[in-house]
Amino acid sequence: MSFPWSKEYKPSHPLMVWFDERLPLPRLIYNAVGGGYEVPRNLNYFWNFGFLAGLCLVIQIVSGVILAMHYGGDTSVAFNSTEHIMRDVNWGWMLRYGHANGAAAFFAVVYLHIFRGFYYGSYKAPREMIWLSGVVIFLLMMATAFMGYVLPWGQMSYWAAQVITGLFSAFPLIGDPLKEWLLGGFAPGNATLNRFFSLHFLLPFVILGVVILHIWSLHIPGSSNPTGVEVKSKSDTVPFYPYYVGKDGWTIGLLMIVYSVFLFYMPNALGDPENYIPANPMQTPAHIVPEWYFWPFYAILRSFTQDLLFFEARLLGVLAMFAAILVWFFLPWLDKSPVRSASYRPLYRKFFWVLVIDVLILGYLGKLPAEQPYVLVSQLATMYYFLHFLVIVPIVSSIERPDPLPFSITESVLGHDGAAKLTKD
Amino acid sequence: MIRIFSILVGLFFTVALAWSLLWDTVQLSKDGLPTSAALEFGKAHDLKPLKLASDGPFGKFDKKQLKRGFEVYAGVCASCHSLQQVAYRSLVYAGLTEKEVKELAAKATINAKDPLTGEMKDRPGLTADKFPPVVFAGTGTPPDLSLITKARKGGAAYIYSLLIGYETSQPAELVKKFPDAKTPEGMFYNPYFANLNIAMAPPLASDDLVTYSDGTKATKDQMAQDVSAFLVWAAEPELEQRHQTGAWWILFLIFATTLAYMSYRNIWAEKKGH
Amino acid sequence: MAQEAATGTPLATEDEGVRRRDFINIAAVSAAGVGGVAVIYPLISQMAPSADVLAESSTEIDIAAVQPGQAIKAVFRRQPVFIRNLTPAEVKAATEFEATPDFNKMRDKQTLAERTKEGHANLLITMGICTHLGCVPQGAGAGEVKGEFGGYFCPCHGSHYDTAARIRKGPAPRNLDVPEYAINGTIVKIG
Repeated sequence: MSFPWSKEYKPSHPLMVWFDERLPLPRLIYNAVGGGYEVPRNLNYFWNFGFLAGLCLVIQIVSGVILAMHYGGDTSVAFNSTEHIMRDVNWGWMLRYGHANGAAAFFAVVYLHIFRGFYYGSYKAPREMIWLSGVVIFLLMMATAFMGYVLPWGQMSYWAAQVITGLFSAFPLIGDPLKEWLLGGFAPGNATLNRFFSLHFLLPFVILGVVILHIWSLHIPGSSNPTGVEVKSKSDTVPFYPYYVGKDGWTIGLLMIVYSVFLFYMPNALGDPENYIPANPMQTPAHIVPEWYFWPFYAILRSFTQDLLFFEARLLGVLAMFAAILVWFFLPWLDKSPVRSASYRPLYRKFFWVLVIDVLILGYLGKLPAEQPYVLVSQLATMYYFLHFLVIVPIVSSIERPDPLPFSITESVLGHDGAAKLTKD
Repeated sequence: MIRIFSILVGLFFTVALAWSLLWDTVQLSKDGLPTSAALEFGKAHDLKPLKLASDGPFGKFDKKQLKRGFEVYAGVCASCHSLQQVAYRSLVYAGLTEKEVKELAAKATINAKDPLTGEMKDRPGLTADKFPPVVFAGTGTPPDLSLITKARKGGAAYIYSLLIGYETSQPAELVKKFPDAKTPEGMFYNPYFANLNIAMAPPLASDDLVTYSDGTKATKDQMAQDVSAFLVWAAEPELEQRHQTGAWWILFLIFATTLAYMSYRNIWAEKKGH
Repeated sequence: MAQEAATGTPLATEDEGVRRRDFINIAAVSAAGVGGVAVIYPLISQMAPSADVLAESSTEIDIAAVQPGQAIKAVFRRQPVFIRNLTPAEVKAATEFEATPDFNKMRDKQTLAERTKEGHANLLITMGICTHLGCVPQGAGAGEVKGEFGGYFCPCHGSHYDTAARIRKGPAPRNLDVPEYAINGTIVKIG
């Protein structure tokens, strides 16, 4: 946000003056991620993940565009061209492992970013639009990741394409034609692989576009902060550059270290061995599982085992899986508490931590085979998931008595705020 | 309004789940927990320990072992299992000399397009060729081995355990409890295999199936270890380069991150609360 | 950037401290730059020919069936190679030209003897790639136009090559390249 004390862009070099008058791009950058963007001074490390997610997107686009130079999008060559990348292309193994583990890093960072949003109430007014565009980004990421996973055309790729498009066949009447339309056939084939390749190349750029909207809408009210108290005076903020460039900057190094340990020393730890077997439409793997970042949703899908009234069990599972993310869209209107940060909401905080544990349990169950007793546990966990968002959050936000908030960000940091006295007097 | 609607939707999902939960509990109380011969008698989670030179973050290939492993592959496995992702030329990285590779490739028959006439023709292999497909006379298709250590849980240790883990007879208890899991005629009991009964006859049934060119005694265990090591190389020829590049890169990252952290502390030095 | 970072920071009272801090900021930014360059190297290197392409390095061709006056096209590194058995008249045309004053004005002066192996003056082996912009010249196939000098003619931009595949007219800068090859009986091994 442009506060009255935000610095204005004043280019010193005549060339930059000339440039800025004709195309105010330097000004835009200065106001977005430079000295012109004033940010609350009390952000903790959870606020780093937005920046890091942007970095992950860049890593994925760069490595992905390069992989596409060597990959062949045809069922007869897809698997072998992937191995060609791994064995013959110069540094191809690094690019391919980097892209596969980069997807995992992207999801890990984005999940932490979403966690931050939930805990600190970042979705609340006036930041609903940031939240909504964020959920859209997450949905696009899921679609992109799924289609990318199909490209190597291994066993898990093929059966993922079969099962995920099978979800759509659960809808009554339109289901089967819809599935055939998505696949361009009766089973995953060349048409499927080609369209997934095309869309997998396109969607990251769509994500990039929505990310720009996401950041744009962030710059209207400015960043939220751990107290949830809005910025009041100059002493509440510091300019993004150099303060948060420095803080975000060094955590890039941390992320790169963790990412590199995976890339160079356990590149297949997060992948399924089954995907090193070429796709075989005649034989399903004993145990189909998605990548780890889809496990919680996969567990929700599988917890519905019985038809209810005129709802088929399969349809219920599919609806619940989509609903599990769709409910996030409504969160700003379900949570009516005027207090943003869970740090000052004792009752909500307890339920929220239960949700975190609940999602971790769902994730663990999503990896396991659909057998008892795991199904029973995932049914209970799914129940809590929906009760939390749809019942507990609306009720708690109405009846809860929040803890007292600090007067300002400055007070929360320094213990006192000169401006507070003036206002109180 | 939206909140009343949301509570109704929430209750709908809860009821649907409770309904599933109820029936599943009834079913579970009738059937008990699922079990299978593989779950109770399988050893897939308890593989025999295997130590290879390529293990660990600084692991490198033992080229002598790779060559022995290739000799086992060529002498024992190659009659049924292909190695189609591996090119002959790359065997120089597995301890073979260029001359040996050339001779080896020339012995293979490659069906390829004649560049002048465009016909598919058989010709002797060149080092640039990859291993040809293997025509298997029996039933089923033995898997290609190029990626086998990456395509099986447990990797090299699984291959090693499977190769020497055959048992001559099934435990009596198993047959009694799971009559369906009795080893069918023509198959073999191997507790390390996913469903315990495998179509592959014990490939390393006796010592000295191959004669190692380096004079090592070819015991069953030695052959199993060597071929497992070779298959790790076949699946991950980039392993050494990966380990070395990673070490330098991560060392550099730690250095750069430390500097960046110091710079960050500098920038924030005057701001309280951090 | 590092300097701005330091000036953007509230300055410490001691000059000594300021200099040390400047140094750390500059070092951190430099380290980031070094890391960036290190990452760019594999991203560029990946576009160079891959190991399987480099491995297709040699081709063997049996030339027993090529009669004088005939030419065949072979494939070397996925590019055409012309193998031409010159007639005595063609050899004569090429060598006689070497005695004329025009020979000294050639763009790429080479004798037929320099372009063939000793004892095989009639066996002209050249790449079938016009040195101008890489088209395949005509003249190797039966009935194709051989150009004004009876050798090869590139229809893309009108380069005429003589019977020793030397550029005589048109925009091509060099004679058709002679690849490395060895003759063993009737087998020619290129590469």
